[in-house]
Amino acid sequence: MDDLILNARQYGNLLEGTLVTIQVIVGSFALGTFMAVVMGVARLSDKKWIRQAALVYIEFARGISAIILLFWMAYALPILFGAPSMPPMLAGILALGLNMGAYGAEIVRGAIQAVPKGQTEATIALNMTDRQRLRHVVFPQAVPIILPPYGNLTIEVLKGTALVSLIALNDLARVAQVIRQNNVISDSPVPLAILYLNVLVIYLILAQVIAQLFKVAERRSARRFGST
Amino acid sequence: MKPDNKRTGASVAMRQVVKAFGENVVLNKLDLDVDPGEVVVIIGPSGSGKTTILRVIMTLERIDEGTIEIDGRHLYHEQKNGVLTPASEKHIRSVRSDISMVFQHFNLFPHMSARENVMLAPMKVKGMTEDEADVQAQELLNKVGLGDKLDHRPSELSGGQKQRVAIARSLAMEPKVMLFDEVTSALDPELVGEVLTVLRELAASGEMTMMMVTHEMGFASEMADRVLMFDRGQILEQGPPDKLFKDPDHERTKTFLRAVLSH
Repeated sequence: MDDLILNARQYGNLLEGTLVTIQVIVGSFALGTFMAVVMGVARLSDKKWIRQAALVYIEFARGISAIILLFWMAYALPILFGAPSMPPMLAGILALGLNMGAYGAEIVRGAIQAVPKGQTEATIALNMTDRQRLRHVVFPQAVPIILPPYGNLTIEVLKGTALVSLIALNDLARVAQVIRQNNVISDSPVPLAILYLNVLVIYLILAQVIAQLFKVAERRSARRFGST
Repeated sequence: MKPDNKRTGASVAMRQVVKAFGENVVLNKLDLDVDPGEVVVIIGPSGSGKTTILRVIMTLERIDEGTIEIDGRHLYHEQKNGVLTPASEKHIRSVRSDISMVFQHFNLFPHMSARENVMLAPMKVKGMTEDEADVQAQELLNKVGLGDKLDHRPSELSGGQKQRVAIARSLAMEPKVMLFDEVTSALDPELVGEVLTVLRELAASGEMTMMMVTHEMGFASEMADRVLMFDRGQILEQGPPDKLFKDPDHERTKTFLRAVLSH
């Protein structure tokens, strides 16, 4: 059983890495969700240029692989604009958040379109504005449709956070990598299977936390509709 | 039916209104005048465009040609230097505040209680406080016989109850013209009566202009000031219910009434 565990220092490292991973996922989620809502709604604007701007964003942020986006944020953009390079945490959150926002925007758009047309007609019969309709009638009904695929997307992004190890951010994946490299000079090397089993379990727990949070949110939104 | 001096509500004047969906001309140069407080029932074969009359007045569909005036104000046009020009959305919204509509499938907000359904628009559109809107919502829900269902969600209500909430929700906006689009067609037969009772009360009050598309001929003959037989984008004939139901001029009206009344 002892073989299954690492030493205290290594666990300390993994914990630090986990905290970095959590920061990246929380930041990416916040930015991604903001972009998803704004761009998802913009995709349905009655102004053509707004729709097209949103479409351009979505196609770019979705079409470019997250890792290329990441390198752009971390290395290419600063060179291109002669700006000081941004902290890797910021670059990671920007890349993953913008990427998530593009996928999220399509989820939001689909959910808004799935709200029955009669709801919109009712708001017109009550002389509500487009904004009031979206905020008070359509969006609250889109949320329960958004949540299940959005939970999936968030877990996808969690797994994607491992990419930030490539721009020298000490997240969970990179910490594991460092421990492996230190094995070479260590007197008591850790069996790699054990190391990665620990890492795997940590990622699994994080994913489960996200899944459970979404499950709670889904249940609460279902209750609002009186269907449970 | 009711003393004319008690009548309020707004007039509706449609002039040469054209609405087409692709090749299909649904309203074909329609002229229609409705007096303040008048109760007009529109009948006609399905697909004849009778629902479209209500939908263009509610601005759910935009007209292709012609004009519509509510209470003497153009709905789709604005006078600019004496010239009639297409109206801005702001103008349309301002005229539209006189109109509301009740739908065949209720279209209640499923994430809100009956009370919240009735409160939402008065608060957001008319700027009522929550307390004012709540008091009004309770009054109106009482009026339609749902004082004991204030906090029920639509999913917990029967069809007839849902439709009565929808009527209360529209009434909360104090429209001068109310449009009813086959409001009993989606109901189980035993629930039709409770909705008709509410409509009867509204019609008798003479407080609003009411335009209804319905297949409830009994209700139409009892409450309507005027019945319009609508066919192929135009009014085929019109008159008081006694005349139109018992002694229609047109063969098509007779055929239609026979078909409707035989079941």
